[in-house]
Amino acid sequence: MSDVLIEVTNVSKAYGGVIANDKVSLSVKKGTITGLIGPNGSGKTTLFNSIVGYHPIDEGSIKFKGQEISELRVPDIARLGMLRTFQQTRIYGAMDCVQNMMISISHRDTKFKEMFTKHPPEVREKAEHLLEFVGLYQKRKLISGDLSFGQQKLLEFAMALMNEPEVLLLDEPTAGINPTLINGLIDRLGRAATDFGITLFIIEHNMRVIMNMAEDIYCLAHGELLAQGTPDEIQNNQNVIDAYLGAH
Amino acid sequence: MSFSKKEKVLCLSILLFGIAGPLIFPNYTFQIAVLWMLVIFAQTWDTLGGQMGYNSLGNIFFFGAGMYICAVTQISLYYDICNYTSHAGAVKVDFTPYQYFSGFALGLVAAAVLSILFAVIFGWAMFGLRGPYFAIGTLGVALAAGELIGAWDCIGGGGGISLPPYPGEPDVRSYFFAIIMFAVAVVTFSFLKWLYATRFGLAINAIRDDESKAEAMGIQTKLHKTLAWTTSAVPLAIAGGIFGNMIGFIEPLEVAFPTVTFGIFMVVMVLLGGKGTLWGPILGAVLFLLVKEVTWTYLLGLQWVALGAFIVILVVFFQQGLMGWMQDKWPEVFGITVDERMSAEDKEPAS
Repeated sequence: MSDVLIEVTNVSKAYGGVIANDKVSLSVKKGTITGLIGPNGSGKTTLFNSIVGYHPIDEGSIKFKGQEISELRVPDIARLGMLRTFQQTRIYGAMDCVQNMMISISHRDTKFKEMFTKHPPEVREKAEHLLEFVGLYQKRKLISGDLSFGQQKLLEFAMALMNEPEVLLLDEPTAGINPTLINGLIDRLGRAATDFGITLFIIEHNMRVIMNMAEDIYCLAHGELLAQGTPDEIQNNQNVIDAYLGAH
Repeated sequence: MSFSKKEKVLCLSILLFGIAGPLIFPNYTFQIAVLWMLVIFAQTWDTLGGQMGYNSLGNIFFFGAGMYICAVTQISLYYDICNYTSHAGAVKVDFTPYQYFSGFALGLVAAAVLSILFAVIFGWAMFGLRGPYFAIGTLGVALAAGELIGAWDCIGGGGGISLPPYPGEPDVRSYFFAIIMFAVAVVTFSFLKWLYATRFGLAINAIRDDESKAEAMGIQTKLHKTLAWTTSAVPLAIAGGIFGNMIGFIEPLEVAFPTVTFGIFMVVMVLLGGKGTLWGPILGAVLFLLVKEVTWTYLLGLQWVALGAFIVILVVFFQQGLMGWMQDKWPEVFGITVDERMSAEDKEPAS
C-alpha cells in the first residue's frame, strides 16, 4: 500500500453536541484525483480541516506518507507537502500578484538565514510563468484584492502550485466561478495533476465537474461515509441519490 | 539596497539636514532631536502595525524599558543605585567624561540586548491575541510597566531618577544628542528598507493580509511575529536611553511610559503618513510634529482639543494616509499597471 498518500482511519470530530464526522475512513492514492461530495453540512470541510491540522480530532488516525499527522499543526503539515485552498478564497489582498506568488514558495527547506535574503530571480520567473499558466500574466502587478472573485480563485490555485505540494486539497474550486471559466479551470486542474504530478483531493458540488475529473469518489452524508467508488458507481448508487434528493 | 534617483536626492538632503540642521538652527536643536525620535517611533510602529497588521498600543513599553535600563546601567557602574536615588540632590555626584560616555554607551547596549529579551517574552505571551485584543493586551503591558517602576523605590520609584550630568558645554550637549538620535533614525531606516525587501518582509505582509492563509501555506508565523517585534523593540529601547539622557531626569508615567502621548502619537503619525509604506511613517512624523508645534504655539490652552479633532478627522476621512492616497490617485507611479503582453516571451509593447 505504498501508493496511499493520505490515509484517514475512523476519524471523528464533534462540535459540542453536533457530530460533524463520525468514524470516517478513506484513502487518497498517489497521482490520482479523488473527489469528496455530499450535501451541505455533511462534514466535508470539517474533514479537510481535520486532515490539514486546523483543529484536533476527537478520535482516529490520519497518516500522510505513512507518518501520523493528526497531532501536528497547520504550518508543519503544510511544510510536509500537503496544502489546501479555502472555500472562501484566501489570498494576500494588499499585495500584488507576483508578491502573492513569491511568498507562496515552499517553506519546506527554508533555513533561518534564508529568511533574510531576497528571492532569487528564478523564483520570480517561476511566479510569472505560473501566472501565465492561469491566465493572470497581464494583471501580475495589480493589487490582488482588486481582482475579480474568479481571478482571485485562479490566483489562489497558482499560489498552491507555486508551493509544489505533493497533495493539494481543494475546497470547491469552481464555486462562484463564471460557467465559461469553469472549463478552463478544469483543464488546468487536470494539467496540475498530469504535468506537475500533484495528487488532488477535491470537494466539489458541481457534479459535472467532479464526475469528469475524479477517478475515485467518496460521498459523505450526516458526517458518515455513505458510499465510495468510481464516478459510475456513485452516480448509480441509490443511497447517494437519496441523500442528494433529500429522501429518507 | 537600491535607491531610485528621487530617493537618493531625498536621502542626501535629509542627511545634510540631520548633520547641519542643528548648527544652522541652534535654537531648535531640541526639536530636531525630538523629530528624529518621532521618526524612529513611527518607523518601528509601522513594522508591526503597518507591515504585519498587528496594531500595538504598547510599543512605548520598549521605549520606557530602554530608558530605565540605560539609566540604571550608567549609574550602577560607578555608584550604588539605591543610594544614588535615595540621596538625590544631597550627595554631589561626579562623573568623569570617560565614566559618562562609557556608561552611556554600555547603557544603550544593555537597553538593546534586554529589549530583545522582553520582546521574545511578551511576544510569546501576546501573539496568541489578534485584532483589538492584541492592542489592549499590549497597552496593558505598558501601563503595568509604568506602575511597576513607580513602585520600585530602589530605582527612584514615582520620584524618578536624575541622570548623570553631561560633562561639557550645553551647546555641544544638545548637538551631541541630536546627532546620535539622528544616527539611530538613519540606521533604523536603512535596516528596515533592507528588511522589507527580503523574504521576511513579504512574509510579514502575508501575515497582515491573511494570517490563517499564511499558516496554511507553511509560513512559520510565530517566529516571524516575534522577530518583527524584536526589530521594533531595539531602536525604541535605544531611543529611550538617549531621550532619558537628553531630558536629564526620568520618571515612570510622563517620561518613560507615556501611553497617552508618545504611545498614541506613534499610531497617529503612521496613519497620517500611510501604513505599510517605507516613507509614509517618516512623512507622517514630520507633518505631525509641525501640526503639534503649530497648535501648541497658536492655540495654547486648546492644543489637546485641536490635536484630538485632527486625529478624528484623520481617522474618519483619511484612513489610508498620504502615501496610500497617492497610491490610489497615481497607481502607475507605484508600478501598479496592467501589462498588455499575454506572456513573458512577448515583445515589449511599442509605446
